[in-house]
Amino acid sequence: MPSRIVAGIRGIGHRVVDSVWRLGYASRFFMLTLLKSGTSLRRFGLIIREVYFTGVLSLIIIIVSGLFVGMVLGLQGYETLQKYGAESAVGTMVALSLVRELGPVVAALLFASRAGSAITAEIGLMKATEQLAAMEMMAVDPIARVVAPRFWAGVISMPFLAAMFSAVGVFGGYMVAVVLIGVDEGSFWSQMQGAVDFRYDIVNGIIKTCVFGVAVTAIAVFEGYDASPTAEGVSGATTRTVVTSSLAILGLDFILTSFMFRGMS
Amino acid sequence: MASDTLVEIKDLNFSYGERSVLKGINMTMPRGKVIAIMGGSGSGKTTLLRLIGGAMRPSSGYVKVAGQVVHELSRNELFRMRRKMSMLFQFGALFTDLSVFDNVAFQMREHTDLPEPMIRDLVLMKLQAVGLRGAQGLMPAQLSGGMARRVALARSIALDPLLIMYDEPFTGLDPISLTVIGNLIRRLTDALGMTSVVVTHDVQESLKIVDYVYFIADGVIAAHGTPPEVRDSVAPFVHQFVHGEEDGPVSFHYPAPAYASDLQLEGSFA
Repeated sequence: MPSRIVAGIRGIGHRVVDSVWRLGYASRFFMLTLLKSGTSLRRFGLIIREVYFTGVLSLIIIIVSGLFVGMVLGLQGYETLQKYGAESAVGTMVALSLVRELGPVVAALLFASRAGSAITAEIGLMKATEQLAAMEMMAVDPIARVVAPRFWAGVISMPFLAAMFSAVGVFGGYMVAVVLIGVDEGSFWSQMQGAVDFRYDIVNGIIKTCVFGVAVTAIAVFEGYDASPTAEGVSGATTRTVVTSSLAILGLDFILTSFMFRGMS
Repeated sequence: MASDTLVEIKDLNFSYGERSVLKGINMTMPRGKVIAIMGGSGSGKTTLLRLIGGAMRPSSGYVKVAGQVVHELSRNELFRMRRKMSMLFQFGALFTDLSVFDNVAFQMREHTDLPEPMIRDLVLMKLQAVGLRGAQGLMPAQLSGGMARRVALARSIALDPLLIMYDEPFTGLDPISLTVIGNLIRRLTDALGMTSVVVTHDVQESLKIVDYVYFIADGVIAAHGTPPEVRDSVAPFVHQFVHGEEDGPVSFHYPAPAYASDLQLEGSFA
């Protein structure tokens, strides 16, 4: 019995050491990516090409999801607010929910599932098919040539995708609340304009999306680069990207929100 | 005299943790020759290539390429040296997001400031050399195994290297592609004056094109010689390997306890 307890404690110890080691390895990899970004920043075409794959090709899912989330917000907001005779505030509710929270968070979650997983799978498969090793043998650093452009493309794309999500969401809320239900159009827009503050709401929302963009893309490129060069390895890495990024987004959102909106009336 | 030797391997040892993979390897590879390294699966052939290319560090001993000890080079120096060497991977390792043309142009664009029209001419010359100028617009997914290997060959000679290493270049090819790749290795080596190191277990195809053969078994050089010497060798391992015999020094059976005792038949007929 005591030997089982010792084995259990030893197992926990191994896991903790492994996790700390992996975290250190990932941090080192992140620093290397930043240090080796010179090539991709000088040859900006490399980043633009990746912006197309990670950003432009994610537009469909972002726009469709944003529209539906906005429509649901409009419907639920109206149902609740009308009980208090405040249905004209539905525009404010839709806009603030989207700009402060749902836009950055849901767009980042969708980005992690759509683009993050694709980045991990692509880099992992490049590793499994020896493309990264071939690049090394050609005296080309894969971190500079493959990882850094994808990282910066993700960081650049994320705020635009979240902005698009929020804008389309507001339009969805407008369609439901004003066009379908018949809330007064003037008060919908004017109350929204009066309640949404550029510095506190929009800038803070943009900061959130930038942080999420860095987190999701850094996790995605690391998991791809670190994947075992087998089919199971790549599939495991892709799953880890989605799970870890989603948890990171939600955790970071709480931390950022508590700093950004603390004490606001 | 030293200038005639491009690669020199001296007392090379390499281990993965406790497992010793290469033990006391000594080899000399002269310039302008095709050298084959043969041996069974898991004999350490590919590890040896990676040690020559500087992708791994030896446990002891050294590999010298063009007079420089590879594992003592800094990363920048190693990358400078790698511009003079090339490696053809087992399945080509073409960049799947780039066309055939862009794959061959990759190193030229990364390492030189050549204008695009000149890169185009050079790429077409390299593709012409492997007979695939007409396939320049195709993507790697549209190529057969043999074609992919030829494109990879064109890519590996893009910067006219001194040394090309081939990791199992004949694996999975049909007889026609096999002959084509074999002849290309010989022809390009002679035409460009480079040195080729071919890691393979395809005995018959490689003996047609190589100048010298090293056999590796259990991490040591079991035999070496020119192709005629190898064909006529009476050394048991070489004879078994060259003629593809099922049993010999390399046993058919993995070490196991006695068959009868494993089946618990001992004494049952007593």
